[in-house]
Amino acid sequence: MSTESLRPERQSIGSLPEGEAARQNVSSRQRRGKIWQGILLACTIFGIIILLMLAYNIVNDAFGGIGVQYAVEEEDLTDGRPLEELSQAELIAILETNLRSRVLKNLERERPLAERSREELIDIINDEIIKPEVVAVYSLSEFLFDRPTIEAELRKSHPRAEIEFKSWLSWDFIVTPMSSNPVEAGIRTAILGTLYLLWLTMLISFPLGVGAAIYLEEYKNDKPFDERIPAGRWMNNAIQRSAGLIETNIYNLSGVPSIIYGILGLAIFVRALEQFTSGAVFGYADPTTANGRTILSAALTMSLLVLPVVIISSQEAIRAVPGSMRQASYGLGATKWQTVWKIVLPNAMPGILTGTILSISRAIGETAPLIVIGASTFIVTDPTSLFSKFTVLPLQIYNWTSRPQPEFRAIAAAGIIVLLVLLLSLNAAAILLRNYLRSKRVST
Amino acid sequence: MSTTTMNDSKYAIETRAMNIYYGAFRAVKDVTFSIERNKITALIGPSGCGKSTVLRSFNRMNDLIPGARTEGEVLYHGQNLYDPDVDAVQVRRQIGMVFQKPNPFPKSIYDNIAYGPRINGWKGTRAEMDELVERALVGAALWDEVKDKLNQSGLSLSGGQQQRLCIARAIAVQPEVILMDEPCSALDPISTLKIEELMLELRQRYTIVIVTHNMQQAARVSDYTAFFLMDKEDRAGELVEYDVTSKVFQNPADKRTEEYVSGRFG
Amino acid sequence: MADQAQAKAEQGAALAVSIPQTIDLRKRPRIGESIIQTVLFICGFISIFTTIGIVYVLFQESLSFFADPAVTLFEFFTGTVWQPRIGEFGILPLLNATLVISSIAMLVAVPLGLGMAIYLSEYASERARAILKPVIELLAGIPTVVYGYFALTFVTPILRGIFGNDVVSVYNMLSAGMVVGVLITPIIATLSEDALSAVPGSLRQASFGLGSTRWETAIKVVVPAALSGIFAGGIVAMSRAVGETMVVALAAGASPNLTWNPFEPAETMTGHIARISGGDLSYGSIDYRSIFAIGLVLFFITLALNIASRRIVRRFREVYD
Ligand SMILES: Nc1ncnc2c1ncn2[C@@H]1O[C@H](COP(=O)(O)OP(=O)(O)OP(=O)(O)O)[C@@H](O)[C@H]1O
Ligand SMILES: [Mg+2]
Repeated sequence: MSTESLRPERQSIGSLPEGEAARQNVSSRQRRGKIWQGILLACTIFGIIILLMLAYNIVNDAFGGIGVQYAVEEEDLTDGRPLEELSQAELIAILETNLRSRVLKNLERERPLAERSREELIDIINDEIIKPEVVAVYSLSEFLFDRPTIEAELRKSHPRAEIEFKSWLSWDFIVTPMSSNPVEAGIRTAILGTLYLLWLTMLISFPLGVGAAIYLEEYKNDKPFDERIPAGRWMNNAIQRSAGLIETNIYNLSGVPSIIYGILGLAIFVRALEQFTSGAVFGYADPTTANGRTILSAALTMSLLVLPVVIISSQEAIRAVPGSMRQASYGLGATKWQTVWKIVLPNAMPGILTGTILSISRAIGETAPLIVIGASTFIVTDPTSLFSKFTVLPLQIYNWTSRPQPEFRAIAAAGIIVLLVLLLSLNAAAILLRNYLRSKRVST
Repeated sequence: MSTTTMNDSKYAIETRAMNIYYGAFRAVKDVTFSIERNKITALIGPSGCGKSTVLRSFNRMNDLIPGARTEGEVLYHGQNLYDPDVDAVQVRRQIGMVFQKPNPFPKSIYDNIAYGPRINGWKGTRAEMDELVERALVGAALWDEVKDKLNQSGLSLSGGQQQRLCIARAIAVQPEVILMDEPCSALDPISTLKIEELMLELRQRYTIVIVTHNMQQAARVSDYTAFFLMDKEDRAGELVEYDVTSKVFQNPADKRTEEYVSGRFG
Repeated sequence: MADQAQAKAEQGAALAVSIPQTIDLRKRPRIGESIIQTVLFICGFISIFTTIGIVYVLFQESLSFFADPAVTLFEFFTGTVWQPRIGEFGILPLLNATLVISSIAMLVAVPLGLGMAIYLSEYASERARAILKPVIELLAGIPTVVYGYFALTFVTPILRGIFGNDVVSVYNMLSAGMVVGVLITPIIATLSEDALSAVPGSLRQASFGLGSTRWETAIKVVVPAALSGIFAGGIVAMSRAVGETMVVALAAGASPNLTWNPFEPAETMTGHIARISGGDLSYGSIDYRSIFAIGLVLFFITLALNIASRRIVRRFREVYD
């Protein structure tokens, strides 16, 4: 009451809520704030949910059940004993009783059965007599929680088939080469291709990117030509202009879609420089070579793609080296390059390496440019040189995913796990390397 | 351009009508004075009057600042340091510098000292380098404190020790002149005292130019004092008074100097 | 002991013998330094060559594309059918699909990314940030082909479950657009968060001092102050969405289709380039050349977006520092 009367005339210019009204105003605003906070939190948590869904999606497909149908049951062949326990003679006996004579003769002509190892014999029995055939594929959740339904379904379509657990991701999957049969297909060639590409891209883009970063951070303002001659001044001017141009250009390049780099690679490396990228000029004639569609072309394309990011992250690392360090070096009469080489680079190296590995590992997940330059999607031979035909993990995943059969989806999921593990280990390696280099520098 | 190895002038550095610009801004105007060899010369004056700018012009450290430009002459051994023929790297090899904040390299103490000789083409055996490192550290009065941990990082030392390491690093290349920009401002009083004693010792072999905000320090260690002040109109620093230290502090010629040294503005 | 030290110091002058000690300050040519500088300059210049290469290649092959009697520039930009087999080269269906999918992506990503950014910069505790930041980085680090897999094998079945199999096709723009949205969310989240945390704390304190709630401070003071940065981040994300290939190639279908209906399949510019070049291309065929013409359009759209974002950041940056 009294406080109100103390205030000067307010009515004329509107009124603020007072007393109870003010309290209510505040608490309703607080309530609104809380609701919005909840919404914001939900947005953030949604990010985690997406990650979980992604993980579920992949694991659910990479593991699960299969409906297998055998031409002959193993038990029927062996009177209930597992094949692995049988002796060589018993295995040969099984083959002789169950195979048609022509097939047997063929096998004998290749190599007498008696000379073959037990493992080999078991494989032959599996392939020729038991003949497992995947007739249905089930996801992990179906396999675990929906067993009765899928069993009933399978019995209707394939009365002799059985449901078994199947991990599509297995050691065999990792070490066997490509195959058109998804059950037998492996990812070995793609892993090797990816590793090959990773190394080459690193070898090309690291020196170029760090060099450019050094130029932009340390030499940009230099005037290498004699300022007293007009031509020198003109040259200095031109150089300084282009340094500015380079910086803008790098920023713009970092926003160019990766598929455009693929188009560039196709036109320049695969076609225009075919003689070079196919190895022809070096007298190299790899029988697997597909013209210019080689690892070398891919690595050059990928290097151009990652270069802007490598440059930008290296620039940041170089900029983080304190200027006082450079001044101390110059103050002792060091030249620019001595200062860069002995002071700036060693101190920036942990940051440069981490940044480079991270940006190149991003490139390893890139698929689009490689599709465009025409990397092979089906090859069974390991890459052996710069001029080999090759495939990489993401390309294989893309190829398998785009097939409608569930078996291919399943191995695509398994391939995704391999790719993600590779990327995570690269990231971990980058971080460990940085920590190691940092600790080494502090202790010496 | 004459090449002199001996110089009988009693001055190490002489400036003539020196103007220093940062872009379009003139930071220092018309400075003409001479720095006597084997003496300590202190540059004093309020913040922003251009002391560091003048100091850096003596070994062309200003070259490293984009847009910085020096007019007039800075003579060293009869050569104008700003002559287009002159190589800044050669200059810095002769005229070393110690900075306000200690800035050891993140290398071992040993390598910090060895860095300068190595980049300057020093040749010798490992034992000779050990000797050189030891002498530089003895010269900077740091040897006793670090002789057992030469392989530890220079950054593991205390602030005062780091600064003496920087001085040792500077004298390891045997410069003729050492420039020091507020070398003690980041240090505690005891470390400051050590550095001051060190400066007095170094004076026998080197010409020292020091920038300081500490009047007592200037009065205690320097032989000559130059007082700079910013011109109120164009904000350019100018040399107001330059004389023997005792004269500047006890009997200055200019009224502004008197006001400054007696602490009336700054 | 002290004498010894003194003696050592005295000898100091003798040290210098083997250091070159002439006081000749003249420049001498440092060939090594010049070579190094040139090499480094060339490293930097490679980025310019890359740009020139891109522009040259795109223009040159596009020229021979437009020189073909089956194509005219006018038809290219106004034609509503893209059917190389019958000689129809109208880019509109491809452009339209790109637009629809990018718009869906932005509809998903802007609220989500901005929500994350505001939460992280204005609400989250240090502990929460330590958990949430890596989540965003992880989302950003997952290869796009994996997102494509996710769209096709997870999101599409769910959409078909909700809206019905006869409404939603196996390949459709909605699923692709939503997943592209997820893919660009980290970009919006990080760039916006950078912009928000660059707003000085004094501004927030002023707002709190007037009795504002946290939400009011965030939405009425901090977000407006950071708007240019947020906007620029949105444009960068948009450009990413336009250039995204793998998700659309896997989930949006493989037939050019001029439609606004997000449940229908439609091929984007990037998707078309990927499909055409994934098959066996004979160089010099009109199909081969057409990808360069599409690439040119794509390049200019993304370049324009990038330049716009840079302009915005430049123009409004100096307000607070
Ligand atoms: N790198 C630079 N770029 C532009 N202007 C500068 C730069 N360094 C110094 N200046 C300007 O030149 C003038 C003199 O600066 P200087 O650092 O020489 O002063 P100072 O006397 O050393 O000051 P302090 O005692 O604070 O160190 C100041 O006005 C300053 O703003
Ligand atoms: Mg100063």
